[in-house]
Amino acid sequence: MRQVFDNELEELLDKFTEMGELVNDAIYKAVKSFINHDKVLATEVIEQDQKINDLEKEIDVLCIELIALQQPNTSDLRRIVTTLQASNDLERMGDHAVSICYSTIRVKGNKRSDHIESALNDMGEIIKWMGQEIVKAFTHFDMEHAVDVASRDDEIDYLTHEVKKGAIKRMKNDPDIVWGAIDYVLVSNYIERIGDYVTNIAEEIVYLETGEIRELN
Amino acid sequence: MHQKKMKIENLNLWYGDFQALYAVNLDIYENQVTALIGPSGCGKSTFLKTLNRMNDLVPTARIEGKVEFDGQNVYNPEVDVNELRKKIGMVFQHPNPFPKSIYDNIAYGPRTHGIKDTHQLDEIVERSLRQAAIWDEVKDHLDRNAQSISGGQQQRICIARALAVEPEILLMDEPTSALDPISTAKIEDLVNKLKENYTIVIVTHNMQQASRISDRTAFFLNGYLKESGETRKIFLNPEKEETENYISGRFG
Repeated sequence: MRQVFDNELEELLDKFTEMGELVNDAIYKAVKSFINHDKVLATEVIEQDQKINDLEKEIDVLCIELIALQQPNTSDLRRIVTTLQASNDLERMGDHAVSICYSTIRVKGNKRSDHIESALNDMGEIIKWMGQEIVKAFTHFDMEHAVDVASRDDEIDYLTHEVKKGAIKRMKNDPDIVWGAIDYVLVSNYIERIGDYVTNIAEEIVYLETGEIRELN
Repeated sequence: MHQKKMKIENLNLWYGDFQALYAVNLDIYENQVTALIGPSGCGKSTFLKTLNRMNDLVPTARIEGKVEFDGQNVYNPEVDVNELRKKIGMVFQHPNPFPKSIYDNIAYGPRTHGIKDTHQLDEIVERSLRQAAIWDEVKDHLDRNAQSISGGQQQRICIARALAVEPEILLMDEPTSALDPISTAKIEDLVNKLKENYTIVIVTHNMQQASRISDRTAFFLNGYLKESGETRKIFLNPEKEETENYISGRFG
């Protein structure tokens, strides 16, 4: 029943791609909303999250049915197990985008720092690229690209550190910025966590291709 | 939503004093694959044979209840059994081609139903072999004895032979249990394709096969139909503990 299995696998990957696009869109808009103090955009992202959660459930059901009804083996089985894991990672990435949006809504009107916001903007650009490329690597079975994508997580970690350092420095000098600075730290942390989930997906792609469980970064 | 093609109501069957089926109720849906599963002696093959009255051939068999096919009880005395078996064809566990050429095997049914025109027979033979996904393998030696080819090919010849008389329903009694995994996969893919045009009821001992190829599953135990429904439901979350135990290999 190769045909049935292949068709359902294709459907599964289509859903995964759709979910990946929604999540990356959410992350991009979340960071943008934070930088631009755009409460409307933030609210939109929060409302869209339900769609992401629904898709994850659909992917779960499909994977479980494929395992139960088609008894996949070897790389077929790895493909389904990794899709289960990766869709869970995507869902958590979406949750962090939502958290960023709550910061957007909260932070409006507080005192800001252009310097830190510019670093956050850079983080947003990098994480957007990582998110898009890891979904591509996943659906194209491209392990090399996945490892490349994950390697950029170092840049995210560095910028997270920079944001924290800058925020602490400013808080020491100007107590009025404390509320805003806490959100800077939080948002940089959310992006940093998203980077970790991208790395998880890269590790899952390595497992998919090689059958080895290997830690990246 | 698929239409009901057959409707079995309160079906009981005895072989002499032994009751083999107890009050079975089951619907068979059009263009779907219905798998009958259960341990040996549970009544699934007996049930399959009631659908086109193959049990008529067993002298001690006695039946009560209704087997409706397109709204008519197949056990009505006025039903022409030959007509019925033309509409409800059957494929057996062991490939059983006639000791004739491949061509004559396929042409056998249409000929007995009065088709004599060679051109028309040629067309039927080709169409049937194509539908059974074996045309490319045998087209250059249709005159070969059908018993001289491999078991997997013989089984597809038997499927082609059943299709040649344009049935509506195909009954399959463990059609792959005598075949190797590659031939089995071919038959399974074929079943999946055939359901576009036919309604299929298949008995299988292979639970994985049932889960892979069927849309609906009926679980028999000791002559009772214990549970039936969508295959995904039966295999992921059955209602009855006995079904769960059988499917997960705890008995049987």
